[in-house]
Amino acid sequence: MVVMIIDYGMGNLRSVANAFAAINVDAQICSQPSQLNFADRIILPGVGAFGEGMANLRRNGWDEAIYEQVLIKGKPFLGICLGMQLLATTGTEHGNTEGLNLIGGNVEKITSEAIEFRLPHIGWNSVSPSEGSQLYRGFKQAKDFYFVHSYAFIPQDVSVVSGVCDYYTDFVASIEKDNIFGTQYHPEKSQHAGLAVLENFVLYNAG
Amino acid sequence: MLKKRLIPVLLLQNGLLVRSETFSIHQIIGNPIHEVERFNQWNVDELIYLDITKDDNYDLRRADTKVKELKNPLDILEEVSKNCFMPLTWGGKIKNLEDMRQRFLRGADKVTINSEAVRNPRLIVESARTFGSQAIVVSIDVLRKDDGTNEVYIDGGKTPTGLTSEHWAKQAESYGAGEILIQSIDRDGVGCGYDLELIRSIAAAVKIPIIACSGVGDYRHYAQGIEAGASAVAAANIWHFKELSDRNGKRAMVKAGIDVRVV
Repeated sequence: MVVMIIDYGMGNLRSVANAFAAINVDAQICSQPSQLNFADRIILPGVGAFGEGMANLRRNGWDEAIYEQVLIKGKPFLGICLGMQLLATTGTEHGNTEGLNLIGGNVEKITSEAIEFRLPHIGWNSVSPSEGSQLYRGFKQAKDFYFVHSYAFIPQDVSVVSGVCDYYTDFVASIEKDNIFGTQYHPEKSQHAGLAVLENFVLYNAG
Repeated sequence: MLKKRLIPVLLLQNGLLVRSETFSIHQIIGNPIHEVERFNQWNVDELIYLDITKDDNYDLRRADTKVKELKNPLDILEEVSKNCFMPLTWGGKIKNLEDMRQRFLRGADKVTINSEAVRNPRLIVESARTFGSQAIVVSIDVLRKDDGTNEVYIDGGKTPTGLTSEHWAKQAESYGAGEILIQSIDRDGVGCGYDLELIRSIAAAVKIPIIACSGVGDYRHYAQGIEAGASAVAAANIWHFKELSDRNGKRAMVKAGIDVRVV
């Protein structure tokens, strides 16, 4: 089992690799799209702005490689934080940007009129898993995960939502559609609960 | 429900952990890598590391045979992040985007900037655009004056800026800061509680989350900081000198009716 973490110049790859090391999974940081041929699982991490993230994916041909590996070869794929948002059709941060469009929907700024709901949404918030979701196998109740973001994924088809979180209003904490997964929170920074989610991702369809 | 956070702040000087008092006295208390393992086992909410080394002399003056000796703070960060499955904020000596990139690459989730942000506010604008606001914490060191007014200081509490904390916090927010870390120079290491009036006035001035720091000497001080408007409460010394400081700190918060992540 080889997990490859896409290095497209956006964020804390090391943290993600360290988290996989902690659950004894071989995770490699991958800087060339062609390397994804050797991946059993693909991670798109990401910290930063939507537009810059997409530009970096397109510039190096990551978008094409992701379509091939994920849509044609059906490899399990996990987008984390910005990496999940990039799965959308459109991002709206600093103007509209086309996303990977692997899961239909838009990414929009969270709004809140109440001062007690400060933004960005930073910290530990409980996620209620949807029934039958793969990422939360073995979870008996809602658990706290670490979030740090100002934008949220709004999918066209709500059946892709695998976890919901409440901050001013409900928003999407995680999504899954066949072999494509995404978490708005950082599993690699969510202690035991986060490592359990990564384990479930690794075990998905692992024969 | 978003939980209120409880955060240990670790001060790094010349490659060693130190305790600080009024920004002027620093005593060596331990090894930075050893300490993060302990916090990780405790499952704390988040960690803040601040490198307060004055010059570029990172000599380790004391050898700890159990743990690797590291002089360069970037090496320390890299080592720390191997055992850190919680959010990590790194501050100190950050002057430009490249400095930030180096820290994110080694496992920092957020960076905090202080003196350089005051000198060059464009750094906030550019870093928020490059890394996202959520990764940029502006740290503000405040001195409370005898007449009740306050002033922002930079360079480790050495240089007055003429800015009030409320004004600077508001500006930092408008430039794109994602969080504000408030430290009170006059309360640092004193243990008499947070400057609640300061937290209240900054909380009223901005809409981004505030991390309160400086002055905790008793676990009951945490709830006061939250009630004054902070989204997270931080402390340094109390984490080192009391047993079970995470569990007991959280217990005191729960007792005061604060919603925290219970582990």
